[in-house]
Amino acid sequence: MLRLFLLLSLAMPALAQDPRLSVPYRLFTLPNGLTVILHEDHTTPSIGVNLWFRVGSARERAGRTGMAHLFEHLMFEGSAHVPEGMFDLLLEAAGGDNNASTSSDRTNYWIDIPSNALELALYLESDRMGSLLQTMTPQTVDGQRDVVKNERRQNYENAPYGMAWMVLAEHLYPEDHPYHWPTIGYMEDLSRASYEDVSAFFRTYYSPNNSSLCVAGDIDPRETERLVRLWFSDIPRGPAPAPVAVPPIPETGEQRLVMQDRVQLPRLYLLWHTPALFAPGDAELDLLAHILSEGEHSRLYRRLVYERQIAQDVAAFQYSQTLGSTFWIVATARPGVGLGTLEQAIEQELDELCAEGPTARETERARNQIDVSFLTRLERVGGIYGKADLLNAYYTWTGNPDYFQEDRARYGAVAPDDLRAVAMKYLGSTMRVVLSVVPEGSLQLASGSGTEVHPR
Amino acid sequence: MKMHAIPGLALLLALTQAAPAQSPDRSTPPLPGPPPSLRLPPVQRVHLENGLPLMLMEKHTVPLVQLTLVVRTGSVRDPAGKEGLAAMTAALMTRGAGARDALALAEAVDYLGASLTAEAGRHTSSVSLFTPRAQLEEGLRLLADVILRPAFPDSELSRERALRLTTMVQWRSSPEVLADLALQQLLFGASHPYGRPVLGSAPGIAALSPADLREFHGRWYHSGNAAMIVVGDVTLEELQPRLEEVLAGWPSGPEIAGNVRPAEQVAGRRVILLDQPAAPQTQIRIGRIGAPRITDDYYALVVMNTVLGGSFSSRLNTNLREVHGYGYGAGSDFDCRLLPGPFVVWSAVESAVTDSALMEIFRELERIRQPLPEPEVAKARNYLALSYPAAFQTVTSIALQLDEMATYGLPEDYFNRYVDSILAVSADDAQRVAQRYIDPQSMVVVLVGDRSAIEHRVRALELGTFELLTIDQLLGPAPAVPAATSATDVR
Repeated sequence: MLRLFLLLSLAMPALAQDPRLSVPYRLFTLPNGLTVILHEDHTTPSIGVNLWFRVGSARERAGRTGMAHLFEHLMFEGSAHVPEGMFDLLLEAAGGDNNASTSSDRTNYWIDIPSNALELALYLESDRMGSLLQTMTPQTVDGQRDVVKNERRQNYENAPYGMAWMVLAEHLYPEDHPYHWPTIGYMEDLSRASYEDVSAFFRTYYSPNNSSLCVAGDIDPRETERLVRLWFSDIPRGPAPAPVAVPPIPETGEQRLVMQDRVQLPRLYLLWHTPALFAPGDAELDLLAHILSEGEHSRLYRRLVYERQIAQDVAAFQYSQTLGSTFWIVATARPGVGLGTLEQAIEQELDELCAEGPTARETERARNQIDVSFLTRLERVGGIYGKADLLNAYYTWTGNPDYFQEDRARYGAVAPDDLRAVAMKYLGSTMRVVLSVVPEGSLQLASGSGTEVHPR
Repeated sequence: MKMHAIPGLALLLALTQAAPAQSPDRSTPPLPGPPPSLRLPPVQRVHLENGLPLMLMEKHTVPLVQLTLVVRTGSVRDPAGKEGLAAMTAALMTRGAGARDALALAEAVDYLGASLTAEAGRHTSSVSLFTPRAQLEEGLRLLADVILRPAFPDSELSRERALRLTTMVQWRSSPEVLADLALQQLLFGASHPYGRPVLGSAPGIAALSPADLREFHGRWYHSGNAAMIVVGDVTLEELQPRLEEVLAGWPSGPEIAGNVRPAEQVAGRRVILLDQPAAPQTQIRIGRIGAPRITDDYYALVVMNTVLGGSFSSRLNTNLREVHGYGYGAGSDFDCRLLPGPFVVWSAVESAVTDSALMEIFRELERIRQPLPEPEVAKARNYLALSYPAAFQTVTSIALQLDEMATYGLPEDYFNRYVDSILAVSADDAQRVAQRYIDPQSMVVVLVGDRSAIEHRVRALELGTFELLTIDQLLGPAPAVPAATSATDVR
């Protein structure tokens, strides 16, 4: 579906040796503070126009959750010179596709367009950045409020295990922490969001100095710079948003939770707090995730799914975020198997990993897999994870759009013993959240005892 | 700047911006220039010595290679009582082959950073290798093992059987999956291969033996019934000798003609409700039997469906999502296969507006049969034609295009003719195919939602016959999943 709300993990490595793998760029800043990044790739006559705003659900407050994502929807509903509905009509008539996504840390908007229609894309992007509020009405807010509520019903409330995410965020982070609530927001908050709230949100965060624009693909850089200056220069600078306040996470020890859901099979979630995106330990946890659950011979898959056949699936991943990350292990039980059995088996594998560390071969294998995932992201110029999106991500989080080699070096430098140390430090910690999602009426399938939770 | 009119901001701007930049003329959107042309490398076609056709498109921008072996067999070849055989055969090919057992093979592939997969579709199956260029040689040896020398051990069949039966248990808790399964079964009937999932049926999967898989593999996976597609950072001179070497001795055999008859078109209108108590939304699927991939109507159908429900600004999405806010989205699709596949309208809407949403969908199905405004058809044509080059950016997406070409025997100049064929569709053509393929009086309506909230009002619409369906009626009783037969904790 279009206008997806996505969970993004932005850690991505690079390969150094091949000259085709560098991503040369040009960067300049307009007087109003908009940073512009240009990259040439003439493989196909296509261009990715990618705009990041440094605002996500972490900027919301209690009682107004879901605002960043609701706002993302409103960006498609018309601006001063683009009547409602015309944004998509004009782009589609030119062969363009577009979408956006919101996470806790940022909102990105992308337009993929044939190279003859670049100026149209810049016109549309600059018009909504410069004049969204001139045409936005309480009615447009109401219209997208309904759409977003249905997005929440479809992807969370009416989807198996869909509400686990909400419960986990609430228990991982204290009430005043910006990651305490889900990006999609609570239903009552979506009802409450007013036209005034939305307008204030735009004025505070949707300014050129709080965003960066990347244009990658079949472009002439000089002409592209001229067009960007033409269309974006008259947008006034906005306030500089204050840094997000991040309260400390209290030492709560282990929290054990149980939730009933309309599912056939119980599912276990184990979550730990881990280092932020690009912080020391972040790359190591990516590698550990591969070693634990990528491929049939990975430690958890092999033990739980392949050999003992007590799980239907198991996934481990480092969910990297800028204010602090989480490491997830998620496993679904086979029919007739309780989650206690799964937790015990996972525990055993983690103990072994923390005690002995991975082998050199396991470490190299994980590194090779991550290397290729980076190559695939160099193939496309647009969309989510295309080159325009990557340059913007690297620029936003590190200040350097060409962070590819540094990023890859993070993975290259890691030895098995480093992984053992990181596993012990973070996954050996007892400060974690353990959630059992069980079929309605089957509380006995939960792992151990826990507080029953009811998602909002 | 009109933004200065906003109270509060004006002061701020005065402080931060000395002289406003000159504003461009925004009165009309800038018009696109002449469309750029897509210059694709040629599709190189040769036959290997064993008769296997090879299609290669070189692409040297990123050091990656995608190889896809397309084999002309799929779930349409499942024998009665062994539904799921084609899918299981493909899945088991990567679970032990040549000298390696399942775990050793998976480890070898992952160590390369490659992925090696095999899966069945309805008419074709594929074995695919995606690899960094530097690992191509080793990857090809593993690919050849999987194609030529799969082991089909009983232990792996037992494992995969349990996984698949468990997947079928999980289907029962997903309203989305239930709606899709119900519609295909009601359109084609459970005995037609289009009426059941490619994965098969629980009794069919339970009945499979290693001998069945070996027989199916021997019968269909031969060089006379397949084509190799390669896209990426490799030349024909480098590739062909390697492929000759690793696929040497792969036997050929006859191509066997199709065995499936087209299904009967839906007669009248049926509404089927599957109850999901307390569900906040209703999953809606409305459909009938559509069109085959090879038909003179193909391009007109694609354009017409883009207007109806194949793009964000389509009529269905605009109506249900943007105008009424009934759901997160709505759309339609013609799944054109070797035989006429399903035409489907899909959405998920808030329970309380289910009847209103149905009325709007049927309004659109009537309206698409009326004369179509030329600008709307032009927008759809341009969207399809001008966005076409974007499908040629990755080795995987290009391989999919070549797969379609091989599967349906499309002409060699198909890529070059696609844009002109789309641009040649007139508003009259679009209306003609709408009238031919979309008959609102002949539709199956599937609703998966809260009966207590929607039944009364949906019945009042009097769309057609109204039936209730249970999950057991749709899928049979929940399959019993065999527990692991022995503790295989080998470490």
